[in-house]
Amino acid sequence: MNKRQAELDQIRAVAFAPDWRMRAVWLGFVAYVIYATGQLNFTWERFVVGLDRGATFLGRMFPPEFKRWELLAEGLLESLQIAIISSAVGILLSLPIGLLAARNLMPVAVTVPARAFIALARSFHPIIIAIIFVKAIGFGPLAGILALIFASIGFVAKLFAEAIEEISLKQVEAVRATGASFMGVVIMGVLPQVFSRFIGFATYQLDSNLRQSTMVGIVGGGGIGGTLFSAFRRFDYDFVCAILISIIAMIMIGELIASWLRKTFQ
Amino acid sequence: MSVAEDQTSRSAERAPAGKVTRDNVLSLRGLTKAYERGKPVISDISLDFPARGVVAIIGPSGTGKSTLIRCINRLVEPTSGQVLLGGTDLTKLRGAGLRAARREIGMVFQEYNLVERLSVIENLLCGRLGYVPLWRVWMRRYPDEDIAHAFALLERVGLADFATRRADALSGGQRQRVGIARAVMQSPRLLLADEPTSSLDPRTSVEIMELMRDMAAERDIPVIINIHDVALARRFASRIVGMSGGSVVYDGPPEGLNDDHLTQIYGRSETGGWIG
Repeated sequence: MNKRQAELDQIRAVAFAPDWRMRAVWLGFVAYVIYATGQLNFTWERFVVGLDRGATFLGRMFPPEFKRWELLAEGLLESLQIAIISSAVGILLSLPIGLLAARNLMPVAVTVPARAFIALARSFHPIIIAIIFVKAIGFGPLAGILALIFASIGFVAKLFAEAIEEISLKQVEAVRATGASFMGVVIMGVLPQVFSRFIGFATYQLDSNLRQSTMVGIVGGGGIGGTLFSAFRRFDYDFVCAILISIIAMIMIGELIASWLRKTFQ
Repeated sequence: MSVAEDQTSRSAERAPAGKVTRDNVLSLRGLTKAYERGKPVISDISLDFPARGVVAIIGPSGTGKSTLIRCINRLVEPTSGQVLLGGTDLTKLRGAGLRAARREIGMVFQEYNLVERLSVIENLLCGRLGYVPLWRVWMRRYPDEDIAHAFALLERVGLADFATRRADALSGGQRQRVGIARAVMQSPRLLLADEPTSSLDPRTSVEIMELMRDMAAERDIPVIINIHDVALARRFASRIVGMSGGSVVYDGPPEGLNDDHLTQIYGRSETGGWIG
């Protein structure tokens, strides 16, 4: 009995053993933050100067100037179009690509290239992709649309593939047993299991594309971003403020629509 | 093995072993499945299933009953042997040919395996996937006669009021009724059932067995049921196949099944006797 007690004590000691490796990692992290802050010359004086400039900047932003509303509306509309077109095409393309990347339904020869493509689409920030497309096909909304389609595939196809990998294969087996073809199995056995999650990913991506579409303009990909960037360069800070307020309004409306979509489809 | 030999005379009356006759809907010849090389889960199984009646396959879990039944419609790929459905060897089929054969074999599952997020009526119509063109499936535009048939079947299993409910809103017994109706929707020549009552309470189990027996009899098709519950097997089956260690050790009528057979199939019972 005593021997058993000793064994139990041994197990207990291991169960709550201190994790020295984890502690070392945390310590290293904190040390690096302190070191990096020193490297970047953050001084109190620099902060005070910054505050001063910030105050001047804010003062020039108000009141916002909406006189050039036509320019504003044009840019916003273009951003909206970029967001909607890129979401529609990107999400539609994500369906087959995500399906091809699902390891529980597809052979390795198919999933590896599909996963490689998704990884490529995910590896760059949309702005970098937008710069590449602007250089490749020229200024304008088409470059922005292509960039955001690419980004949408990276996000939606990956999550869609993961959702498919989590489905119940028992339901799929039953549909296969009826003599259904592969696409029949996908339509009736796989999609019903992942559809509501797919709607979730898609509305999230629409929301995200709405925000990104205001950015691609900065690098020449069309939309309100271009207007915002030139307003900054001309020091038209009151117009900048008007643009920022409009963007906030558009994003909020977009969020409302997205959550309404989610509710409707679930 | 002596038990099986005892029964050969009996099964010989039903169908001459080794020969595929027109009376047999399904014949298995030397069916073997090894997931790992050299370790067969079922080995060299030869059975004939006549055109009607309920056959129960009994045996402890892990003895290959599920593998055997899945080898029939090739949800599991047999390693060797033949599966003859009406004279066609299913093990040779691929692609469209295999799917056409599968749609003639209805299957009922232990955990019902309904598509949970589809409505009950849509689950039934899944039984037509082997017949209906893909665009109709995609658009949910099933032929009128299929829809009428589905509602008639739902009424038969007592669930017509639940047609538009989602499958995951039903109780276990109700789901299994839908599972049976889906299998029958295929207009099959044969019904397979893999432990159809294992997830159900005793009373519902009896109801499900009755429903399966009766619906198969109405359509004049045979049923092959994997079941570990000997009492249910005795009550509903006209023939019992006992499996142990991947082989058939008993094949005959329920009355012929005695304690010695059961000991051979399930091992020694701790309480001493077998009460069927």
